[in-house]
Amino acid sequence: MKIRLNGKNLSITCSTLLDLIVHQNLDQKAVVAEYNYKVVKQDDWEKVKINNGDNIELLSFVGGG
Amino acid sequence: MEQDKNDTLYLGKQGFSNRLLTGTGKFASRELIPVMLDACGSEMITVALRRIDKMDQTENILKFIPDNVTLLPNTSGARTAKEAVRIARIAKQAGCGSFIKIEVITDIKYLLPDNSETLKATEILAKEDFTVLPYMMPDLTLAKKLEQAGAAAVMPLGAPIGSNRGLEMKPMIEILIQNMEIPVIVDAGIGKPSDAALAMEMGADAVLVNTAIATSWDPAMAAKAFSMAVKAGRMAYLAEMAQDTKYAKASSPLTGFLRED
Repeated sequence: MKIRLNGKNLSITCSTLLDLIVHQNLDQKAVVAEYNYKVVKQDDWEKVKINNGDNIELLSFVGGG
Repeated sequence: MEQDKNDTLYLGKQGFSNRLLTGTGKFASRELIPVMLDACGSEMITVALRRIDKMDQTENILKFIPDNVTLLPNTSGARTAKEAVRIARIAKQAGCGSFIKIEVITDIKYLLPDNSETLKATEILAKEDFTVLPYMMPDLTLAKKLEQAGAAAVMPLGAPIGSNRGLEMKPMIEILIQNMEIPVIVDAGIGKPSDAALAMEMGADAVLVNTAIATSWDPAMAAKAFSMAVKAGRMAYLAEMAQDTKYAKASSPLTGFLRED
C-alpha cells in the first residue's frame, strides 16, 4: 500500500495509524498525528485504518520563537 | 490597552501579570527552559510544530513547560496564509490551547513577515475563536487592518529575528503604540535588557524575547535580567516620566548661593 508520509511517498504494510507509529519507533507521547488533514487523538490511532493514497503527517512540538 | 489596578495585560480574555513573553528556540539544553521560566516568571512561551525527523525523534518540547505557563504555538515555516491556518488548527487540536502567533515568512534572508498573507491568516483564525497574535512589520495601516480582523494584539518586530539589534523600528513602533487599541508586543530582535526596558518605557504592552535569553551563557540569569528590565520599563511608563529638554534645568535652587563677593 502506498501512502504519503510527511510529504514523502512510502510503501507500507501497516494497517492502522497506531501500527504505523509503532513501526516508525517514535515516542508516542510526543507525536501529533494528522490523518488526511485531520488531527487524530492518540486514543483513536488504532481505530484509523490506513488506505492506499492516504496523506499522513507525524508531527511534534519543538523549540521555536 | 486594558488596565486595572494590578496592571494586568489582557490578551483575548486571558490576563497576564508578567509582561515578558519568552520562547523555546535555540536553548543548548531543553532542561534549561523550566529553570529559565522560573527565574523570570514569564507566563507565556512560544513553541513550534515540525514534521518528525526519525534521526531526531526525542523532541517533545511540551514536557519542559510547566502547566501554569500558557503556550503560544507559532506558525513558523508557513509561507502562505493557508499553511499558517493549517498549523494553527493542528496546534489547537493537539491540545495547545487557542493562542496562535501567526508567522508567515517567505524571505529567508531577513525573515521579514509577509504582511498580506499574515492579514489573511488573521482574518480566518480570528473567526475560528483563536486568540491571534500576528508577527508583523510595524506599519499602522496594516496594524489597524489586523485589529479590524480580530487580532488580540499586534507583534511588531524590533529588528530582524535573532539579530539582537534592538529597536531599529523604534519610530514606527511608537506610532503603533500611540494609535492602537489592542496591545502592542514588541517581538524579534530584542538583544539586551536595555532594549526591552526602552520598549516598555515607550509604552509597549509587552515584549517577546527568545534568542537573547536562549543563546546567553546563563539563560536563567539573562531571563531574570530581561524580566527586571521589563518591569522597570513598565513602571517608568506608568509613572509618566518627564520629557527630554534641550538645555539643563537645575535640580537645586537657583537662589541663596553661598558665594564669595
